[in-house]
Amino acid sequence: MTAHSPEDIRKETRVYIFVFIALAALTVVTVGISYLDLSTGPAVALALFVALIKGSLVAAFFMHLLSERKLIYAVLVFTVFFFLALIFLPLGSFLNQVAG
Amino acid sequence: MEIPYNVEERPDTGLYNGKLGIWLFLASEVMLFGGLFSSYILLRTGDPNWFKPELSVPMATLNTMVLISSSVTMVMAWASLRLQDFKKFRLFSAATFLLACAFMVIKGFEYNTEFSHHLYPSSNNFMATYFTMTGLHGLHVLGGMVVIAYLWGPGSRMWKTEPERFTNRVEITGLYWHFVDLVWIFLFPALYLL
Amino acid sequence: MSFSEKREEGVSEHDSEVPEAPEGLSEPPDRGAAEAHGAHHQEGFLRKYIFSIDHKVIGLQYGLTALLFMLFGFCLMLLMRWQLAFPGQPIPVIGGLLGNANAPGGVMLPEFYNQLGAMHGTIMVFLGVVPLVVGAFGNYFVPLQIGAPDMAFPKLNMMSYWVYFVGGVIMFVSFFLPGGAANSGWTSYPPLSNIATMGQTAWLLGMVFLITSSLLGSINIITTIIQLRAEGLTYMRMPFFIWSQFVTSFLLLLAFPPLEAAGVMQLMDRLAGTSFFMPSGLVVSGQVLEGAGGGSPLLWQHLFWFLAHPEVYVLILPAMGIVAEVIANNTRKPLWGYKAMVYASVWLGFMSFIVWAHHMFLTGMGTVMSAFFQTTTMIISIPSVVILTALLISLWGGSIRFNTPMLFALAFLPMFGIGGLTGLPLGLAPSDIHLHDTYYVIGHFHYVVAPGTIFAIFAGIYFWFPKFTGRRMSESLGKIHFWGSFIFMNGVFGPMFLQGLAGVSRRLYDGGVQYSHAQDVVQFNQFMSYSAFLLLIAQLPFIFNFFWSMRMGEKVGNNPWQATTLDWAATSSPPLGHGNFAEVPVVWRGPYEYSVPGHEEDFLPQNVATPAPQEG
Repeated sequence: MTAHSPEDIRKETRVYIFVFIALAALTVVTVGISYLDLSTGPAVALALFVALIKGSLVAAFFMHLLSERKLIYAVLVFTVFFFLALIFLPLGSFLNQVAG
Repeated sequence: MEIPYNVEERPDTGLYNGKLGIWLFLASEVMLFGGLFSSYILLRTGDPNWFKPELSVPMATLNTMVLISSSVTMVMAWASLRLQDFKKFRLFSAATFLLACAFMVIKGFEYNTEFSHHLYPSSNNFMATYFTMTGLHGLHVLGGMVVIAYLWGPGSRMWKTEPERFTNRVEITGLYWHFVDLVWIFLFPALYLL
Repeated sequence: MSFSEKREEGVSEHDSEVPEAPEGLSEPPDRGAAEAHGAHHQEGFLRKYIFSIDHKVIGLQYGLTALLFMLFGFCLMLLMRWQLAFPGQPIPVIGGLLGNANAPGGVMLPEFYNQLGAMHGTIMVFLGVVPLVVGAFGNYFVPLQIGAPDMAFPKLNMMSYWVYFVGGVIMFVSFFLPGGAANSGWTSYPPLSNIATMGQTAWLLGMVFLITSSLLGSINIITTIIQLRAEGLTYMRMPFFIWSQFVTSFLLLLAFPPLEAAGVMQLMDRLAGTSFFMPSGLVVSGQVLEGAGGGSPLLWQHLFWFLAHPEVYVLILPAMGIVAEVIANNTRKPLWGYKAMVYASVWLGFMSFIVWAHHMFLTGMGTVMSAFFQTTTMIISIPSVVILTALLISLWGGSIRFNTPMLFALAFLPMFGIGGLTGLPLGLAPSDIHLHDTYYVIGHFHYVVAPGTIFAIFAGIYFWFPKFTGRRMSESLGKIHFWGSFIFMNGVFGPMFLQGLAGVSRRLYDGGVQYSHAQDVVQFNQFMSYSAFLLLIAQLPFIFNFFWSMRMGEKVGNNPWQATTLDWAATSSPPLGHGNFAEVPVVWRGPYEYSVPGHEEDFLPQNVATPAPQEG
């Protein structure tokens, strides 16, 4: 563990509280959006966008990815790439079916 | 026999073994839930007769808040240990555990309501996806609760002998716990709002 | 067992009772549940041999279990081969033992044939080869070759073996369930598998265990390689075997979970009545099935092949690693193009995630996606060719020692070459339309895995046997084993290409006798089956050699092959449970410093601290 002065750590805990408030607020926002009765496209895009922000907040601060080692980033970059392949390649194949 | 870099960081990687291990594990978890999300997207786009019954958004919103709070208490527990404040650690990790219990209880009520409306996994593919994904997520919460309880109780004796190693254990448990939270953050809109 | 002999050897003053780190403070070094730690210096029998946390014991446990499963899977195939060669004739000798549900009067029923086919594939891949190359060789030699005292998480390692063991038991026991074992092919395609007998549920449960085990193992291997490398062992000084294990573990780590997700979904389909993989209005035995419907059988195929294609490279990469070690050692020169091989293996691992749908060209895939997957498939053949070519060129100008491990390693090259090249027509949609699901496919991937990977496994066993036991295996028996296996393997799999080109389906219970297009090639069936039976006989010298050499083999020192990597710096049959090296090795140079100019011996181990010879 890298040496942090108690002062630094106290500062971090204040950040955690702010992140918590942001997460709570965004939860309310995303629920609010869902009552707007948007059409599917924008609704999905908005909901995913908000979820992405929330997820990034959790990962960046709670999982302290912001100050993580390069090696972890490398592992995660690979994982994200394969995750995207897993989501989009099957989807592509489904949308590109031969009729009949 | 002592395994090197079990507690202290390896200079060239800047990591101790457990931290790398947990991140690798989380990477595999990303792919596990990725498979489920991918299935959900495919089934939903591929089925012209897709039908989604109403689920209780207020209950799920409450649960989201509960899980987010538990993430905060978890990270505070870790920060307390780094500030050498064992008492506060105890307090925060107990809070985490209780919030996790609350999450599971609310989830139980939700399942119960759905069953009472005759919604089962076999009802339609939305309910199947819903029960599978939230069920698997619930199992992850349960697993986390076991570890948190252990670190609160018998596992915390290590604080007296090897404080740094104990702090590391709490850190990686936290990483796992936040990941479980993160999955929920995506499950919530995907299953309840869209 | 062989371990008892290690003391007579007197090679090391570092005997097994090395004092541990001082007293009670040293908890068992893991991060999992802390265990009551009785400060025993003398470990009990259970701790030492059964629930051991020593990577070497776990490696041997993996190895022996997997070899047994491999023999079992081989026997399943022999039963199938009997049926293919002599359809409808009672199986001799053991036919009566199979039970009336499977083979009344010794004549195999089609349902039983299906079980054998599904379980042969499952057992060979998930219980035989992967546990051997990753669980056994990986566990045993990764720490040794990187100069580590053990794996990074010894308890996780133990758990990984026992979870694997439970998975294996579930698979094995499933034969005795009503309706027998899984019978929907090793790929378990729905909707067939969704409506199959109870054995399929057992298969899924078993797979969940096996996947979990691989996951734990791969986390352990990656962490070990990154964190526990000895001082001076930079990434580009790691033996190629370590690189292959490294890439393989990433494949296991990231490719397996989607199949676990799919397994859970199929379990839900079977147990909770969901319809993830069940289309609407499915008619079975003249009746429309009840259920929600609306699911997609193709979804399973995507998730399955997302694992199963990387799995091919899980099977082949460690084999290439073993072969590289053996070839470098026996040509007495550095591997040609070591760096190219390393980059190729990383590239191979990366690409293997985005080629999977070439197994699905016949599922109505449109031209855009099929062009994408054809392109990636052709691209992925390049790194394999790079590695194989580098290994081949490594032979050039070497004074080759033709010992048994080297023979197997040399045979690997053309055999894997045949397997790889015959794969190209399968990766291109137009030719795949003809060849899909024929015996050509069976021939292709068996050439990759059987005379390919399994030969590499044999090479590894003969090569490293002295490290396990302090004794060398008999060379003459080894050569009999090699030539027998080499000839009969080709006898089994070679004719499959011809049958496949003629269009014979891989799933026929009678080998094609009732199809007119198969008439010209059915006569090969008997030849192939005789080859298979002889292949079994060719394994007998190996089995005998294995056990005989444990006690009676020629005793050898720590480095009988004059090798350079760190595993040979450890004592042979390294003392159990107390670290691997008398003193922590420091690495000074690359892995294959053979025939270094200016050095009196023809090998320069990685850990020997002589000043580097004058730069050439």
